[in-house]
Amino acid sequence: MVQFGGVDYFNIESLLSAEEKLVRDTVRDFVSNEVIPIIEKHYREGTFPSHLIRKMGELGLLGPTLPAKYGCAEMNNMSYGLIMQELERGDSSIRSFASVQSGLVMYPIFTFGSEAQKDHWLPKLASGEAVGCFGLTEPDFGSNPGGMKTRAEKKEGRYVLNGAKMWITNGTVADVAVVWAKLDGKVRGFLVEKGTKGFTAPEMKGKHSLRASVTSELVFQDCEIPEENILPGSSGLKSPLMCLDQARYGIAWGAMGSAMACYDAALNYAKSRVQFDKPIAAFQITQEKLVYMLTEITKGQLLVHQLGRLKDQGKQKAVQISMAKRNNVHVALEIARLARTVLGANGILDEYPVMRHMANLESVYTYEGTHDIHTLIIGADITGLPAFN
Amino acid sequence: MKLFVCVNQVPDTETKVKVGQDGKTIDRSEINLILNPYDEFAIEAALQLKDKFGGEVTYVSAGGDSHKEVIRKSLAMGGDKGIHIKTDSAGDSYSTAAILASALKDSGADIIFFGKQSIDYDDSAVGTMVAEMLGLPSASVVVKIDADEGAKKVICEREVEGGKETVELSLPCVITAQKGLNEPRYPSLKGIMAAKSKPIQEISAAPAEPLTEVIGMRKPAAKQGGRILGTDKSAVPELVRLLHEEAKVI
Repeated sequence: MVQFGGVDYFNIESLLSAEEKLVRDTVRDFVSNEVIPIIEKHYREGTFPSHLIRKMGELGLLGPTLPAKYGCAEMNNMSYGLIMQELERGDSSIRSFASVQSGLVMYPIFTFGSEAQKDHWLPKLASGEAVGCFGLTEPDFGSNPGGMKTRAEKKEGRYVLNGAKMWITNGTVADVAVVWAKLDGKVRGFLVEKGTKGFTAPEMKGKHSLRASVTSELVFQDCEIPEENILPGSSGLKSPLMCLDQARYGIAWGAMGSAMACYDAALNYAKSRVQFDKPIAAFQITQEKLVYMLTEITKGQLLVHQLGRLKDQGKQKAVQISMAKRNNVHVALEIARLARTVLGANGILDEYPVMRHMANLESVYTYEGTHDIHTLIIGADITGLPAFN
Repeated sequence: MKLFVCVNQVPDTETKVKVGQDGKTIDRSEINLILNPYDEFAIEAALQLKDKFGGEVTYVSAGGDSHKEVIRKSLAMGGDKGIHIKTDSAGDSYSTAAILASALKDSGADIIFFGKQSIDYDDSAVGTMVAEMLGLPSASVVVKIDADEGAKKVICEREVEGGKETVELSLPCVITAQKGLNEPRYPSLKGIMAAKSKPIQEISAAPAEPLTEVIGMRKPAAKQGGRILGTDKSAVPELVRLLHEEAKVI
């Protein structure tokens, strides 16, 4: 099989630094050698390839932007984006794992945690020795997390949690859950360790998407945690939303990885599949599809590239992340669907990555702020007229 | 152990090579350049010996400024420092070997590693030429290394036609690495960051004249389409005849 050489029609490569290219190449090789050969089997069986966690840790893919003193690589946000792009070229599940660990667990512990919490958890999470999850969404509160019902009460030097979370990536396998609950009406973050009495994390079954990822419920019934497990710096709903901005940034990059994998599969297939005595790539209708794919990939790449540079300068705005997530996941899904049509009936087989990416992207389209919610976030910003509060 | 690895920069294996306008060189304008894949086995071998016996690993590359990138990538995998021998002339295997040998002659190296060949010109010559020029023993196409630092020797397994040969070399020596010698590590993100602060010394190349001159370069003729002789066993005799008489492969 030909090694994946990237999709770069506008020489965006030339905008990357030598280190950024090396990071991209390392993760690209890792995905080609360690993820792609095994991912279809895990997808089919509905299992997460947990042997990859430590390998990702060794490479430094978990919490890569955090300081070296916690065992992290202290990379820039551009490199973080490139990591996410390459991981998702393998599978959205792998990128989701790394996104959650980095953006939704390590980031809040680093940003809102005490020194003791950081010293205890960050090195373990960076190496992959420990896995984390992020509990914000509830069965009845998805796009509107502020309505959450999960409560924390202070009682004799401890916090008591009650409530339930849903759609939690890594939940069942996590050693630590970053749980968002209302304390005296205000959203705060708490660290709940695996095995704590009153805390269970049953896996959700029956997914047609992200099948190589563990998705769970988190259930808290009079779950008592030590007082020092509150994230002291967390304050209101904006704290978890700051985490989501980290993760959405990675998703905007990751979607381009899926899109590149689908485009690459469609292009190679179209050049080799012969009908009416010529490759189907010679038909105008196929060329139109391929050109659409490549054009949208190029635009999406430039969008996240500039977003990455802005983020490295600390100048990015949440609405820009919303636009990148909204656009890139949308076009990635369109590209996956078009690629499936180029592959014809073969497109539904797991011999090709296309249908898997397509099914995965249906989740990605909805999680971390649905496409529609991002539309309304941008809409509110440009009109000054919010559609929701 | 004092370990040196000579690394080269070559066109990516995916490159569609175009012959340049002079008809003697390849057009490098749209080529993605990478670390020579066989050099990765050499690097991993050196790093493993350093892990076992201690010491230091130095990378050496002769070429234009872009060769710093392959030294940097090598340093991201591990090791201590780089030497960039700056030369812009293309040369041949002999002049490259002469330049490297000149830079390495007073290095005090215990082992000098190479990839068994660079995948651009495929001469498989530079490593063993350097050994000759320095008067050192060498083992090429090596797939296994057992080093004994105290006894100042290494035992290498090398590939030969149809089998393996085991050779013993006294240190210092030259080893060229074959695929299968080890699993090269990925440059980790921390390694990439650490490599930024590792020193790369730039030195000028010793004068060396090539012994050969490229006078022409051309691409092989385009592949011809296949021929279908039949779809059942009745086609076998004709297939055998053509394989024997026309293709001359059986």
